Amino acid sequence: MVELKREELLISQLADLLVNDKHIAVGAASPIPGAASLLVKEEAKLLNNRIRVTILHSNKYNNFTDGARELFDCAAQGRIDTFFLGGVQIDGAANINLVGTGSYEKIQKRFPGSFGSALMYFVVPQIILFREEHSPRTLVDKVDFISAPGFSDENIYRPGGPKFLLTNRALFKFNKQKKRFCLLKIHNNESIENIIKLTGFKFDVDDKITNMSIPDKTRIDILRNKISYMVSEFYPEFADRIWGV
Amino acid sequence: MKQFDELSLLEIVDEVKDGDLIGIPADYSGVPMEFTKELIKKGVKDLKLYCLPLTTIQGDMLIGSGCVSEVEAAAVTLGEFGLAPRFSEAVESGKIIIKDSTCPALHAQLQATEKSVPFMPLRGVIGSDIQKYRKDWQVIENPMKFSGNKNEPILLLPAVQLDILIFHAPCVDKNGNIQIGRRRELATLAHASKNVFVTTEKILDIDFFDDELSAATCLPALYVDGISVVENGAWPCALPGVYGPDNDEIKKYSIAAKTKKGFDDYMKNYLSN
Repeated sequence: MVELKREELLISQLADLLVNDKHIAVGAASPIPGAASLLVKEEAKLLNNRIRVTILHSNKYNNFTDGARELFDCAAQGRIDTFFLGGVQIDGAANINLVGTGSYEKIQKRFPGSFGSALMYFVVPQIILFREEHSPRTLVDKVDFISAPGFSDENIYRPGGPKFLLTNRALFKFNKQKKRFCLLKIHNNESIENIIKLTGFKFDVDDKITNMSIPDKTRIDILRNKISYMVSEFYPEFADRIWGV
Repeated sequence: MKQFDELSLLEIVDEVKDGDLIGIPADYSGVPMEFTKELIKKGVKDLKLYCLPLTTIQGDMLIGSGCVSEVEAAAVTLGEFGLAPRFSEAVESGKIIIKDSTCPALHAQLQATEKSVPFMPLRGVIGSDIQKYRKDWQVIENPMKFSGNKNEPILLLPAVQLDILIFHAPCVDKNGNIQIGRRRELATLAHASKNVFVTTEKILDIDFFDDELSAATCLPALYVDGISVVENGAWPCALPGVYGPDNDEIKKYSIAAKTKKGFDDYMKNYLSN
Protein backbone atom coordinates (compact mmCIF):
# COMPACT_ATOMS: atom_id res chain seq x y z
CA MET A 1 0.00 0.00 0.00
CA VAL A 2 1.09 3.56 -0.71
CA GLU A 3 2.49 5.18 2.42
CA LEU A 4 0.02 7.21 4.46
CA LYS A 5 0.49 10.93 3.91
CA ARG A 6 0.42 13.35 6.81
CA GLU A 7 -2.55 15.13 5.21
CA GLU A 8 -4.45 11.83 5.11
CA LEU A 9 -3.74 11.26 8.79
CA LEU A 10 -5.07 14.75 9.59
CA ILE A 11 -8.18 14.15 7.47
CA SER A 12 -8.81 10.92 9.38
CA GLN A 13 -8.18 12.60 12.73
CA LEU A 14 -10.66 15.38 11.91
CA ALA A 15 -13.20 12.85 10.65
CA ASP A 16 -13.15 11.14 14.08
CA LEU A 17 -14.34 14.43 15.62
CA LEU A 18 -17.31 14.73 13.25
CA VAL A 19 -19.10 11.39 13.60
CA ASN A 20 -21.90 12.70 15.85
CA ASP A 21 -22.79 15.70 13.67
CA LYS A 22 -25.93 16.23 11.59
CA HIS A 23 -24.66 19.21 9.56
CA ILE A 24 -21.02 20.16 9.01
CA ALA A 25 -20.07 23.33 7.15
CA VAL A 26 -16.68 24.11 5.63
CA GLY A 27 -15.47 27.61 4.78
CA ALA A 28 -12.68 29.18 2.76
CA ALA A 29 -9.22 27.65 2.19
CA SER A 30 -10.01 24.36 3.93
CA PRO A 31 -9.19 21.31 1.77
CA ILE A 32 -8.39 19.02 4.73
CA PRO A 33 -11.58 19.86 6.69
CA GLY A 34 -13.52 19.58 3.42
CA ALA A 35 -12.14 16.11 2.73
CA ALA A 36 -12.76 15.01 6.36
CA SER A 37 -16.39 16.15 6.21
CA LEU A 38 -17.09 14.34 2.94
CA LEU A 39 -15.36 11.26 4.34
CA VAL A 40 -17.63 11.01 7.41
CA LYS A 41 -20.62 11.64 5.18
CA GLU A 42 -19.67 8.67 2.98
CA GLU A 43 -18.96 6.49 6.01
CA ALA A 44 -22.32 7.45 7.54
CA LYS A 45 -24.07 6.42 4.31
CA LEU A 46 -22.55 2.94 4.64
CA LEU A 47 -24.02 2.71 8.16
CA ASN A 48 -27.37 3.96 6.86
CA ASN A 49 -26.94 7.30 8.65
CA ARG A 50 -27.28 10.78 7.21
CA ILE A 51 -24.82 13.64 7.64
CA ARG A 52 -25.22 16.85 5.68
CA VAL A 53 -22.09 18.62 4.48
CA THR A 54 -21.99 22.15 3.09
CA ILE A 55 -18.77 23.13 1.35
CA LEU A 56 -18.90 26.83 0.72
CA HIS A 57 -16.40 26.92 -2.11
CA SER A 58 -18.08 24.16 -4.05
CA ASN A 59 -21.04 24.42 -6.39
CA LYS A 60 -21.86 20.74 -6.06
CA TYR A 61 -21.47 20.19 -2.30
CA ASN A 62 -23.24 23.35 -1.20
CA ASN A 63 -26.75 23.25 0.23
CA PHE A 64 -27.43 26.99 0.11
CA THR A 65 -29.57 28.89 -2.40
CA ASP A 66 -30.08 32.21 -0.61
CA GLY A 67 -26.70 33.75 -1.32
CA ALA A 68 -23.52 34.04 0.72
CA ARG A 69 -25.34 35.29 3.80
CA GLU A 70 -27.21 32.00 4.24
CA LEU A 71 -24.24 30.29 5.93
CA PHE A 72 -24.29 32.90 8.70
CA ASP A 73 -28.07 32.94 9.06
CA CYS A 74 -28.13 29.13 9.10
CA ALA A 75 -25.37 29.02 11.74
CA ALA A 76 -27.12 31.66 13.89
CA GLN A 77 -30.30 29.55 13.73
CA GLY A 78 -28.33 26.67 15.27
CA ARG A 79 -28.54 24.48 12.16
CA ILE A 80 -24.78 23.89 11.85
CA ASP A 81 -23.08 21.58 14.35
CA THR A 82 -19.44 21.92 13.34
CA PHE A 83 -17.43 24.57 11.51
CA PHE A 84 -13.67 24.97 11.08
CA LEU A 85 -11.59 28.08 11.70
CA GLY A 86 -7.90 28.71 11.26
CA GLY A 87 -5.61 31.54 12.16
CA VAL A 88 -2.33 33.23 11.46
CA GLN A 89 -2.01 33.04 15.23
CA ILE A 90 -3.95 31.06 17.82
CA ASP A 91 -3.29 31.69 21.51
CA GLY A 92 -3.63 29.68 24.72
CA ALA A 93 -7.05 31.19 25.46
CA ALA A 94 -8.26 30.15 21.96
CA ASN A 95 -8.35 33.70 20.61
CA ILE A 96 -7.74 33.63 16.86
CA ASN A 97 -6.04 36.17 14.60
CA LEU A 98 -6.59 36.12 10.84
CA VAL A 99 -5.58 39.74 10.23
CA GLY A 100 -1.85 40.20 10.73
CA THR A 101 1.15 40.45 13.01
CA GLY A 102 2.44 43.44 14.93
CA SER A 103 0.24 46.27 16.19
CA TYR A 104 -2.89 46.86 14.11
CA GLU A 105 -2.15 50.51 13.36
CA LYS A 106 1.34 49.68 12.13
CA ILE A 107 0.95 46.16 10.89
CA GLN A 108 4.10 44.15 10.08
CA LYS A 109 2.68 41.39 7.95
CA ARG A 110 -0.85 41.65 6.65
CA PHE A 111 -2.93 38.51 6.06
CA PRO A 112 -6.32 38.23 4.27
CA GLY A 113 -8.73 39.12 7.10
CA SER A 114 -11.23 37.69 9.56
CA PHE A 115 -13.76 36.16 7.10
CA GLY A 116 -16.90 35.10 9.00
CA SER A 117 -15.05 34.03 12.16
CA ALA A 118 -16.42 36.85 14.32
CA LEU A 119 -19.92 35.38 14.09
CA MET A 120 -19.29 31.67 13.45
CA TYR A 121 -17.09 31.33 16.57
CA PHE A 122 -20.03 32.55 18.69
CA VAL A 123 -22.88 30.48 17.28
CA VAL A 124 -21.59 27.09 16.07
CA PRO A 125 -21.47 24.60 18.99
CA GLN A 126 -18.35 22.74 17.84
CA ILE A 127 -15.66 24.94 16.35
CA ILE A 128 -12.56 23.00 15.40
CA LEU A 129 -9.47 25.16 15.09
CA PHE A 130 -7.23 23.80 12.38
CA ARG A 131 -3.78 25.11 11.61
CA GLU A 132 -1.23 22.79 10.01
CA GLU A 133 1.87 24.69 11.05
CA HIS A 134 2.67 23.94 14.70
CA SER A 135 5.31 26.43 15.79
CA PRO A 136 5.89 29.22 18.32
CA ARG A 137 4.96 31.76 15.63
CA THR A 138 1.51 30.25 14.98
CA LEU A 139 0.64 29.00 18.49
CA VAL A 140 1.37 32.07 20.60
CA ASP A 141 0.89 33.19 24.17
CA LYS A 142 -1.27 36.13 23.08
CA VAL A 143 -2.51 36.97 19.59
CA ASP A 144 -1.62 40.37 18.09
CA PHE A 145 -5.21 40.92 16.88
CA ILE A 146 -8.41 39.24 18.03
CA SER A 147 -10.50 38.35 14.97
CA ALA A 148 -12.74 36.35 17.28
CA PRO A 149 -12.34 35.77 21.04
CA GLY A 150 -12.03 32.26 22.53
CA PHE A 151 -14.60 33.00 25.22
CA SER A 152 -17.03 35.78 26.15
CA ASP A 153 -18.66 37.34 29.22
CA GLU A 154 -21.75 35.56 30.57
CA ASN A 155 -24.18 38.18 29.24
CA ILE A 156 -23.01 37.78 25.61
CA TYR A 157 -25.10 35.46 23.42
CA ARG A 158 -22.70 32.59 22.78
CA PRO A 159 -23.97 29.05 22.28
CA GLY A 160 -20.82 28.24 20.29
CA GLY A 161 -17.08 28.22 20.70
CA PRO A 162 -13.81 26.30 20.45
CA LYS A 163 -13.82 22.56 21.14
CA PHE A 164 -10.59 21.25 19.55
CA LEU A 165 -7.35 22.47 18.00
CA LEU A 166 -5.62 20.24 15.45
CA THR A 167 -2.15 20.88 14.01
CA ASN A 168 0.09 18.63 11.93
CA ARG A 169 1.72 17.49 15.20
CA ALA A 170 -1.00 17.39 17.85
CA LEU A 171 -4.65 17.42 18.87
CA PHE A 172 -5.75 19.60 21.80
CA LYS A 173 -9.15 19.86 23.50
CA PHE A 174 -10.26 23.24 24.81
CA ASN A 175 -11.44 23.37 28.40
CA LYS A 176 -14.06 26.13 28.61
CA GLN A 177 -14.01 26.34 32.42
CA LYS A 178 -10.22 26.57 32.68
CA LYS A 179 -9.95 28.59 29.44
CA ARG A 180 -7.00 26.44 28.53
CA PHE A 181 -6.03 23.77 26.01
CA CYS A 182 -5.29 20.17 27.00
CA LEU A 183 -3.06 17.93 24.85
CA LEU A 184 -4.99 14.77 23.83
CA LYS A 185 -3.04 13.15 20.98
CA ILE A 186 0.31 13.54 19.26
CA HIS A 187 1.69 12.47 15.91
CA ASN A 188 3.62 9.15 16.00
CA ASN A 189 6.93 10.92 15.39
CA GLU A 190 6.37 13.43 18.18
CA SER A 191 7.22 13.63 21.89
CA ILE A 192 5.39 15.67 24.52
CA GLU A 193 8.66 17.52 25.18
CA ASN A 194 8.90 18.59 21.56
CA ILE A 195 5.26 19.74 21.52
CA ILE A 196 5.94 21.84 24.62
CA LYS A 197 8.99 23.34 22.89
CA LEU A 198 7.04 24.18 19.71
CA THR A 199 3.96 25.62 21.42
CA GLY A 200 4.02 29.29 22.39
CA PHE A 201 1.32 28.89 25.07
CA LYS A 202 1.05 26.80 28.23
CA PHE A 203 -1.33 23.84 28.19
CA ASP A 204 -2.37 20.80 30.21
CA VAL A 205 -1.56 17.21 29.20
CA ASP A 206 -4.29 14.57 29.32
CA ASP A 207 -3.68 11.55 31.60
CA LYS A 208 -4.60 9.21 28.75
CA ILE A 209 -2.60 10.91 25.99
CA THR A 210 -2.18 8.70 22.89
CA ASN A 211 -0.80 8.81 19.39
CA MET A 212 -3.09 9.94 16.54
CA SER A 213 -4.91 6.84 15.32
CA ILE A 214 -3.90 5.43 11.95
CA PRO A 215 -6.93 5.05 9.64
CA ASP A 216 -7.87 1.48 8.71
CA LYS A 217 -7.78 0.16 5.14
CA THR A 218 -11.51 0.70 4.53
CA ARG A 219 -11.25 4.38 5.41
CA ILE A 220 -8.11 4.88 3.32
CA ASP A 221 -9.79 3.21 0.34
CA ILE A 222 -12.83 5.48 0.54
CA LEU A 223 -10.56 8.49 0.90
CA ARG A 224 -8.33 7.65 -2.05
CA ASN A 225 -10.89 6.16 -4.41
CA LYS A 226 -13.85 8.42 -3.81
CA ILE A 227 -13.24 11.51 -1.66
CA SER A 228 -10.14 12.52 -3.65
CA TYR A 229 -12.21 13.02 -6.80
CA MET A 230 -14.89 14.92 -4.90
CA VAL A 231 -12.27 17.25 -3.43
CA SER A 232 -10.78 17.92 -6.86
CA GLU A 233 -14.03 19.70 -7.81
CA PHE A 234 -13.40 22.51 -5.30
CA TYR A 235 -9.68 22.23 -4.38
CA PRO A 236 -8.00 21.02 -7.58
CA GLU A 237 -4.47 22.03 -6.51
CA PHE A 238 -4.73 20.10 -3.25
CA ALA A 239 -6.28 16.97 -4.81
CA ASP A 240 -3.56 16.94 -7.44
CA ARG A 241 -0.75 17.36 -4.91
CA ILE A 242 -1.98 14.68 -2.47
CA TRP A 243 -3.59 12.11 -4.72
CA GLY A 244 -2.60 13.07 -8.26
CA VAL A 245 -6.24 13.34 -9.35
CA MET B 1 -39.33 50.31 -27.13
CA LYS B 2 -36.38 48.28 -25.97
CA GLN B 3 -36.83 47.48 -22.30
CA PHE B 4 -33.23 48.11 -21.24
CA ASP B 5 -30.16 50.17 -22.16
CA GLU B 6 -27.49 48.23 -23.99
CA LEU B 7 -24.18 50.03 -23.51
CA SER B 8 -20.61 49.59 -24.63
CA LEU B 9 -18.12 48.44 -22.00
CA LEU B 10 -16.44 51.86 -22.09
CA GLU B 11 -19.76 53.60 -21.45
CA ILE B 12 -20.09 51.53 -18.26
CA VAL B 13 -16.51 52.35 -17.29
CA ASP B 14 -17.33 56.07 -17.68
CA GLU B 15 -20.10 55.74 -15.10
CA VAL B 16 -17.50 55.10 -12.39
CA LYS B 17 -16.31 58.34 -10.82
CA ASP B 18 -13.21 59.02 -8.74
CA GLY B 19 -14.00 58.46 -5.05
CA ASP B 20 -17.01 56.17 -5.66
CA LEU B 21 -18.00 53.53 -3.12
CA ILE B 22 -18.12 50.55 -5.47
CA GLY B 23 -19.62 47.11 -4.80
CA ILE B 24 -17.19 44.23 -5.35
CA PRO B 25 -18.59 40.70 -5.75
CA ALA B 26 -16.77 37.68 -4.32
CA ASP B 27 -14.89 35.30 -6.61
CA TYR B 28 -17.90 32.95 -6.68
CA SER B 29 -20.44 35.58 -7.79
CA GLY B 30 -19.30 36.72 -11.24
CA VAL B 31 -16.31 39.05 -11.12
CA PRO B 32 -16.35 41.65 -13.95
CA MET B 33 -12.69 41.29 -14.92
CA GLU B 34 -12.90 42.75 -18.45
CA PHE B 35 -14.60 45.79 -16.96
CA THR B 36 -11.86 45.98 -14.30
CA LYS B 37 -9.19 45.95 -16.98
CA GLU B 38 -10.77 48.95 -18.72
CA LEU B 39 -11.28 50.74 -15.41
CA ILE B 40 -7.56 50.43 -14.65
CA LYS B 41 -6.69 51.69 -18.16
CA LYS B 42 -8.89 54.72 -17.56
CA GLY B 43 -6.88 55.49 -14.40
CA VAL B 44 -9.76 55.95 -11.95
CA LYS B 45 -8.65 57.17 -8.47
CA ASP B 46 -9.66 56.95 -4.80
CA LEU B 47 -12.16 54.13 -5.19
CA LYS B 48 -13.59 52.76 -1.98
CA LEU B 49 -14.12 49.03 -2.41
CA TYR B 50 -17.05 47.46 -0.57
CA CYS B 51 -16.43 43.72 -0.85
CA LEU B 52 -19.27 41.27 -0.32
CA PRO B 53 -17.64 39.78 1.58
CA LEU B 54 -14.20 39.36 0.00
CA THR B 55 -12.21 40.10 -3.11
CA THR B 56 -9.46 38.22 -4.90
CA ILE B 57 -7.51 39.19 -8.02
CA GLN B 58 -9.91 42.02 -8.95
CA GLY B 59 -9.28 43.94 -5.73
CA ASP B 60 -5.58 43.16 -5.71
CA MET B 61 -5.14 44.48 -9.27
CA LEU B 62 -7.10 47.67 -8.55
CA ILE B 63 -5.05 48.27 -5.38
CA GLY B 64 -1.74 47.55 -7.12
CA SER B 65 -2.69 49.92 -9.95
CA GLY B 66 -3.24 52.80 -7.52
CA CYS B 67 -7.00 53.05 -8.09
CA VAL B 68 -8.04 52.46 -4.46
CA SER B 69 -7.92 54.54 -1.27
CA GLU B 70 -10.06 52.38 1.02
CA VAL B 71 -11.23 48.77 1.32
CA GLU B 72 -14.04 47.42 3.50
CA ALA B 73 -13.85 43.62 3.48
CA ALA B 74 -13.82 40.41 5.48
CA ALA B 75 -10.84 39.20 3.45
CA VAL B 76 -8.62 40.02 0.50
CA THR B 77 -6.93 36.85 -0.71
CA LEU B 78 -5.92 34.82 -3.75
CA GLY B 79 -7.48 31.73 -2.16
CA GLU B 80 -5.56 28.57 -2.98
CA PHE B 81 -2.80 30.73 -4.44
CA GLY B 82 -2.00 32.51 -1.21
CA LEU B 83 -1.99 36.09 0.01
CA ALA B 84 -3.11 38.99 -2.17
CA PRO B 85 0.35 40.54 -2.47
CA ARG B 86 -0.49 44.07 -3.60
CA PHE B 87 -3.16 44.35 -0.91
CA SER B 88 -0.81 43.17 1.84
CA GLU B 89 1.93 45.55 0.69
CA ALA B 90 -0.49 48.49 0.48
CA VAL B 91 -1.78 47.91 4.03
CA GLU B 92 1.70 47.33 5.47
CA SER B 93 2.99 50.57 3.93
CA GLY B 94 -0.13 52.57 4.84
CA LYS B 95 -1.08 53.34 1.22
CA ILE B 96 -4.71 52.34 1.73
CA ILE B 97 -7.20 52.38 4.59
CA ILE B 98 -8.60 48.97 5.49
CA LYS B 99 -11.90 48.80 7.32
CA ASP B 100 -11.69 45.27 8.68
CA SER B 101 -15.07 43.60 8.89
CA THR B 102 -16.59 40.12 9.03
CA CYS B 103 -18.77 38.47 6.38
CA PRO B 104 -22.19 38.68 8.09
CA ALA B 105 -21.62 42.37 8.96
CA LEU B 106 -20.95 43.22 5.32
CA HIS B 107 -24.19 41.49 4.34
CA ALA B 108 -26.18 43.10 7.17
CA GLN B 109 -25.09 46.68 6.35
CA LEU B 110 -26.46 46.25 2.82
CA GLN B 111 -29.59 44.49 4.10
CA ALA B 112 -30.30 47.61 6.19
CA THR B 113 -30.24 49.67 2.98
CA GLU B 114 -32.45 47.09 1.24
CA LYS B 115 -35.08 47.72 3.90
CA SER B 116 -34.31 51.44 4.10
CA VAL B 117 -33.73 51.31 7.85
CA PRO B 118 -30.77 53.17 9.44
CA PHE B 119 -29.05 50.17 11.02
CA MET B 120 -29.12 46.41 11.43
CA PRO B 121 -28.30 44.41 14.57
CA LEU B 122 -25.96 41.41 14.51
CA ARG B 123 -24.94 38.86 17.12
CA GLY B 124 -21.35 37.76 17.70
CA VAL B 125 -18.43 40.14 17.00
CA ILE B 126 -18.50 41.77 20.48
CA GLY B 127 -15.13 41.49 22.21
CA SER B 128 -13.20 41.16 18.96
CA ASP B 129 -10.62 43.70 17.80
CA ILE B 130 -12.71 44.09 14.63
CA GLN B 131 -15.37 45.73 16.77
CA LYS B 132 -12.76 47.71 18.76
CA TYR B 133 -11.45 49.45 15.63
CA ARG B 134 -14.84 50.11 13.97
CA LYS B 135 -15.85 53.47 15.38
CA ASP B 136 -18.88 53.49 13.07
CA TRP B 137 -20.34 50.46 14.90
CA GLN B 138 -22.25 50.68 18.19
CA VAL B 139 -23.16 48.28 20.97
CA ILE B 140 -26.45 48.76 22.82
CA GLU B 141 -28.35 46.70 25.34
CA ASN B 142 -31.18 44.68 23.78
CA PRO B 143 -34.17 47.04 24.16
CA MET B 144 -36.79 44.33 23.52
CA LYS B 145 -38.66 42.95 26.52
CA PHE B 146 -39.87 39.67 25.02
CA SER B 147 -37.35 38.93 22.28
CA GLY B 148 -33.75 37.82 22.78
CA ASN B 149 -32.07 37.85 26.20
CA LYS B 150 -32.51 40.50 28.87
CA ASN B 151 -29.41 42.69 29.37
CA GLU B 152 -27.85 41.23 26.24
CA PRO B 153 -25.39 43.61 24.55
CA ILE B 154 -25.97 43.67 20.79
CA LEU B 155 -24.00 45.17 17.93
CA LEU B 156 -25.60 47.74 15.59
CA LEU B 157 -24.22 48.28 12.10
CA PRO B 158 -24.99 51.34 9.96
CA ALA B 159 -26.83 51.00 6.66
CA VAL B 160 -24.44 51.29 3.71
CA GLN B 161 -25.54 52.48 0.29
CA LEU B 162 -23.18 51.90 -2.62
CA ASP B 163 -22.61 54.49 -5.33
CA ILE B 164 -22.20 51.90 -8.03
CA LEU B 165 -22.10 48.15 -8.62
CA ILE B 166 -20.77 46.24 -11.59
CA PHE B 167 -20.88 42.46 -11.89
CA HIS B 168 -20.69 39.84 -14.64
CA ALA B 169 -23.62 37.50 -15.34
CA PRO B 170 -24.09 34.38 -17.49
CA CYS B 171 -27.01 35.79 -19.49
CA VAL B 172 -29.71 38.42 -19.73
CA ASP B 173 -33.21 38.06 -21.24
CA LYS B 174 -34.76 40.28 -23.91
CA ASN B 175 -36.25 42.54 -21.23
CA GLY B 176 -32.97 43.08 -19.37
CA ASN B 177 -33.61 40.66 -16.51
CA ILE B 178 -30.31 39.23 -15.26
CA GLN B 179 -29.71 35.56 -14.52
CA ILE B 180 -27.89 35.32 -11.18
CA GLY B 181 -28.77 31.74 -10.25
CA ARG B 182 -28.23 31.01 -6.59
CA ARG B 183 -25.83 33.94 -6.18
CA ARG B 184 -28.47 35.94 -4.32
CA GLU B 185 -25.82 38.19 -2.73
CA LEU B 186 -25.75 39.94 -6.12
CA ALA B 187 -29.39 40.91 -5.54
CA THR B 188 -28.49 42.25 -2.07
CA LEU B 189 -25.68 44.31 -3.64
CA ALA B 190 -27.96 45.61 -6.40
CA HIS B 191 -30.80 46.55 -4.02
CA ALA B 192 -28.33 48.60 -1.97
CA SER B 193 -26.65 50.42 -4.88
CA LYS B 194 -27.61 53.75 -6.49
CA ASN B 195 -26.44 52.55 -9.91
CA VAL B 196 -26.07 49.01 -11.22
CA PHE B 197 -24.37 47.92 -14.44
CA VAL B 198 -23.99 44.38 -15.68
CA THR B 199 -21.64 42.78 -18.16
CA THR B 200 -22.88 39.49 -19.57
CA GLU B 201 -21.89 36.64 -21.84
CA LYS B 202 -25.04 36.95 -23.97
CA ILE B 203 -28.53 38.35 -24.39
CA LEU B 204 -31.22 35.70 -24.94
CA ASP B 205 -34.38 36.23 -26.99
CA ILE B 206 -36.63 34.88 -24.21
CA ASP B 207 -38.45 36.22 -21.15
CA PHE B 208 -37.24 34.73 -17.85
CA PHE B 209 -40.66 35.45 -16.33
CA ASP B 210 -42.33 32.95 -18.68
CA ASP B 211 -40.92 30.13 -16.56
CA GLU B 212 -41.06 29.75 -12.78
CA LEU B 213 -37.53 28.30 -12.60
CA SER B 214 -35.82 31.09 -14.51
CA ALA B 215 -37.99 33.77 -12.86
CA ALA B 216 -36.79 32.61 -9.43
CA THR B 217 -33.13 32.88 -10.37
CA CYS B 218 -33.05 36.33 -11.93
CA LEU B 219 -32.45 39.88 -10.81
CA PRO B 220 -35.33 41.95 -12.24
CA ALA B 221 -34.39 44.63 -14.77
CA LEU B 222 -35.86 47.36 -12.56
CA TYR B 223 -32.64 47.38 -10.51
CA VAL B 224 -30.34 47.63 -13.53
CA ASP B 225 -29.18 50.80 -15.31
CA GLY B 226 -27.29 49.32 -18.23
CA ILE B 227 -26.01 46.10 -19.77
CA SER B 228 -23.03 45.31 -21.98
CA VAL B 229 -22.26 42.02 -23.73
CA VAL B 230 -18.67 41.04 -22.91
CA GLU B 231 -17.76 37.48 -23.83
CA ASN B 232 -15.49 35.68 -21.38
CA GLY B 233 -15.94 38.75 -19.19
CA ALA B 234 -14.96 37.11 -15.89
CA TRP B 235 -11.66 35.61 -17.08
CA PRO B 236 -9.44 34.55 -15.34
CA CYS B 237 -12.05 34.29 -12.57
CA ALA B 238 -14.82 31.71 -12.75
CA LEU B 239 -18.34 32.34 -13.97
CA PRO B 240 -20.39 29.88 -11.88
CA GLY B 241 -22.26 27.37 -13.98
CA VAL B 242 -20.58 28.55 -17.20
CA TYR B 243 -16.81 28.28 -16.87
CA GLY B 244 -14.27 27.62 -14.13
CA PRO B 245 -11.34 29.77 -13.06
CA ASP B 246 -8.16 29.82 -15.13
CA ASN B 247 -5.99 28.56 -12.27
CA ASP B 248 -2.78 28.71 -14.32
CA GLU B 249 -3.32 32.41 -14.97
CA ILE B 250 -4.21 33.22 -11.35
CA LYS B 251 -1.13 31.33 -10.20
CA LYS B 252 0.98 33.27 -12.69
CA TYR B 253 -0.43 36.50 -11.29
CA SER B 254 0.15 35.39 -7.68
CA ILE B 255 3.83 34.83 -8.38
CA ALA B 256 4.36 37.98 -10.47
CA ALA B 257 2.55 40.29 -8.04
CA LYS B 258 4.85 39.37 -5.16
CA THR B 259 7.05 42.32 -6.18
CA LYS B 260 6.11 45.76 -7.51
CA LYS B 261 8.19 45.19 -10.63
CA GLY B 262 6.70 41.77 -11.25
CA PHE B 263 3.22 43.25 -10.89
CA ASP B 264 4.00 46.16 -13.25
CA ASP B 265 5.36 43.78 -15.90
CA TYR B 266 2.35 41.50 -15.56
CA MET B 267 -0.10 44.39 -15.81
CA LYS B 268 1.63 45.91 -18.84
CA ASN B 269 1.08 42.67 -20.68
CA TYR B 270 -2.42 42.10 -19.27
CA LEU B 271 -3.70 45.58 -20.14
CA SER B 272 -2.39 45.44 -23.70
CA ASN B 273 -4.18 42.15 -24.50
